[in-house]
Amino acid sequence: MAFDLPRRQLLVAGAALLTPRLAFAAAPTERRFVFIIQRGAADGLGILAPVGDPAFAGLRGDLAADFDGAARIDGMFALHPKLATIGGLYAQKQALFLHAAASPYRDRSHFDGQNVLETGGEAPYRLGDGWMNRLLTLLPAGEGALAVSTTIPAALRGRMPVTNYAPSSLPEPTSDFDTRLGALYAGDAQLHALWTSALATKARAGKASGSHGGGVQAAAATGSLAAALMRGPAGARVAMIETNGWDTHTGQRTRLSQQLAALDAMVGALQQGLGADWGQTVVLIATEFGRTAAANGTGGTDHGTGSLAMLLGGGVAGGRVLADWPGLAPAQLFENRDLRPTQPLDGAIAGALAGHYGLDPARTLARLFPAAEGRATDGLVAA
Amino acid sequence: MVTDTAIALNRFGLGARPGEVAPTDPRGWLLAQFARYDPRPPAYAAVLPTPQAIAVLAQAYADRKQDKAAVASVAVPVVASAAVPMAASAVAPAMAAPAPDPFAPVRDAWLAGVGARCNAALASDTPFVENLVHFWANHFALSVEKPEVQALVGAYEAEAIRPHVLGRFSDMLYAVERHPAMLLYLDQAQSIGPDSPAAGGGKPETPAGKPKPNAPHRAGLNENLAREILELHTLGVRSGYTQADVTEFARALTGWTVAGIRPNRALDGMAPGTAWSPRLHEPGPRKIMARTYPDSGAQQAGLILADLSVHPATARHIATKLARHFTRDNPSPALVARLQQAFLASGGDLPTVYRALIEAPEPWEAPLRFRSPWSWGLAAMRACGTQQIDPKQANALFDQIGQPVWKPGSPAGWDDTGASFAAPDALWLRVEAAGRIAGKAGSLDARALAPALFPGALSDATRVALANAETPAQAMTLLLVAPEMLRS
Repeated sequence: MAFDLPRRQLLVAGAALLTPRLAFAAAPTERRFVFIIQRGAADGLGILAPVGDPAFAGLRGDLAADFDGAARIDGMFALHPKLATIGGLYAQKQALFLHAAASPYRDRSHFDGQNVLETGGEAPYRLGDGWMNRLLTLLPAGEGALAVSTTIPAALRGRMPVTNYAPSSLPEPTSDFDTRLGALYAGDAQLHALWTSALATKARAGKASGSHGGGVQAAAATGSLAAALMRGPAGARVAMIETNGWDTHTGQRTRLSQQLAALDAMVGALQQGLGADWGQTVVLIATEFGRTAAANGTGGTDHGTGSLAMLLGGGVAGGRVLADWPGLAPAQLFENRDLRPTQPLDGAIAGALAGHYGLDPARTLARLFPAAEGRATDGLVAA
Repeated sequence: MVTDTAIALNRFGLGARPGEVAPTDPRGWLLAQFARYDPRPPAYAAVLPTPQAIAVLAQAYADRKQDKAAVASVAVPVVASAAVPMAASAVAPAMAAPAPDPFAPVRDAWLAGVGARCNAALASDTPFVENLVHFWANHFALSVEKPEVQALVGAYEAEAIRPHVLGRFSDMLYAVERHPAMLLYLDQAQSIGPDSPAAGGGKPETPAGKPKPNAPHRAGLNENLAREILELHTLGVRSGYTQADVTEFARALTGWTVAGIRPNRALDGMAPGTAWSPRLHEPGPRKIMARTYPDSGAQQAGLILADLSVHPATARHIATKLARHFTRDNPSPALVARLQQAFLASGGDLPTVYRALIEAPEPWEAPLRFRSPWSWGLAAMRACGTQQIDPKQANALFDQIGQPVWKPGSPAGWDDTGASFAAPDALWLRVEAAGRIAGKAGSLDARALAPALFPGALSDATRVALANAETPAQAMTLLLVAPEMLRS
């Protein structure tokens, strides 16, 4: 157990609200695995848009404008134009998109959804350790581990040793946080006035948290940092990067564009930094659940169900979208509002990792996701 | 929506901690803390007692004197002239190899005190009494600009404040005014009677400080402590005393000084600490507020303090400040009268006054008020389960959010009103600090924690904001700056 050390480090490091955070663990294999978690429920329909679905444009309204003129990657889907690097990987058959995917969680709480996504249980707080930590038990005996974040994410927690390393930058409230706090103070005359005034002052001083232009650079720096820590024989083999800010209830077009530009830069930096090791790397990008099929009244979307996951890397059998497309017509939606999940994320993750590390798929699924029904998905990585 | 439990935890106390069981009988919970209070909790182990703190201070001055002598022997003469650029005069005297800072141990003593104060508060299960410690330390405020105060402030709070918060006001007053930290902070240690033996019948002589050539009174007398005792510590400003009373009191106080810091002929052979030197004392009876005090030497000022400690104006002054601390910026006259009555009827027995406060309706009914940075910082850390903080981090935090520990900048202490702290920038700074404090909170679930911090008093707006937070860390940050947390 290595939790004492990271806990103590975090006293020194402070929290990073803005900068993405990463945590990783080392193991004696050349194969690398990175999990980029999108906290906040990323909108799969706004990232890989089913523009060929007849209901899409009507449901999405203005949000669909991002895909005007965007090249379709197959008969159904178009990739958000900010994902240039990831689109390039797709063209090189190094990106595989899993659509209408979901963990077993079917409610709409971020915390609970993230807990299920990270622990691999069938319900929130059912398991105390994370599936990435259990993955380490299947890999050749590791000599130590390292993690880069202020706290150990739930996916990495468990009996196998994981230490952490945190970027030392001071946190600043993000524009999303500002918005939430503004909403919290909306009914409080004193605090509302103080907060409004504080934001106005900071905006004049050029310190407004809404003016962070550094999101893309910070994300790229995190990708480079992760790559540097994973590169070469002594590098870590299993890593996790946390990204926040996907909860786009309002102003989704702008915010999602910024989020995706940052994510794309992070992937690009990771690929570049890993160099030849990229060929032995699988990157998973996944979120706790998706967002409503229809746009809401504030230019955004609300908590939903099915979403998008991605597998990237030199070893991925990519260049395709894996989906049992459920359709977006009213009767096809989950609970009349969300993209219906038709593909278990658990099986896909277990299948990808079993293929990547040469493990038995059934045993991998049972270890990582003990309550999972069905099978580990075959053929996600090149054998 | 407020509840008695939430008021007890947050207004009387310092905020709840994770896992704490909410008191079922809020008033009984507060009263029961009197029996459990520890005047010297484990957090105070590293605080130097006064004699050692004075030794540290004496050493620092001795070392500095030596350094100065060394520098002077190689110094280049500086020509003071308007034509000499600032930079040129700033480079001389030539710097020798940097000597260790003689005052570093003084600052270490100060940091030990900061750590003790913060960690006692974070770990306390008698938070109401700790809150009272903070109240009284602010009433009898020191400010750490002077090295003397830095060295002694931890000892001062441990020796003069903490042992007396559940005793008599007169005892605390006597302990405070005779403590070396206060005698040094308010210049009493330098004061000498103009007609004292040390002054040689009016000819200036320097006991513990330098004579002030342009002092408004005869050389040697310093009125600072006398004035602040009357204005700030006891009667209160504009309560009827006159300038003549201040001067008379200052004369009575002469002779009270501090031994052990610098060589001093008047204090030869005295132990480090509070000292009485008849050579410094102004002889003669003193007349203060229509009462005459015969010259009883060291007892003269003590008798004056004893009378001041039970004066109706003092009772009113203390009652007003306590009522303000535990209710609102402008406390109700009825509550002030009630506390004043409890004070006078008991001869300044503080637990009697606190009981009257707890039994009064006002603390339980007054609208919530913007917390001071000190109160908010402690409550936020307690909410996160923080048991210990490094003193340097504590200083950084409280500097940042606008209430540096023991540094109110004046003997009046911090203005104890919500209005003086509720400012846009102050809120912004708390939001920034909240992110860092929450980042250390580990895996706490803000949704479960919030109802325990504010039993029955959590607003729907906060509940919804926490439930919808994007991450657990974001939820903790929101909780730390939620309206419930910002006010008490």
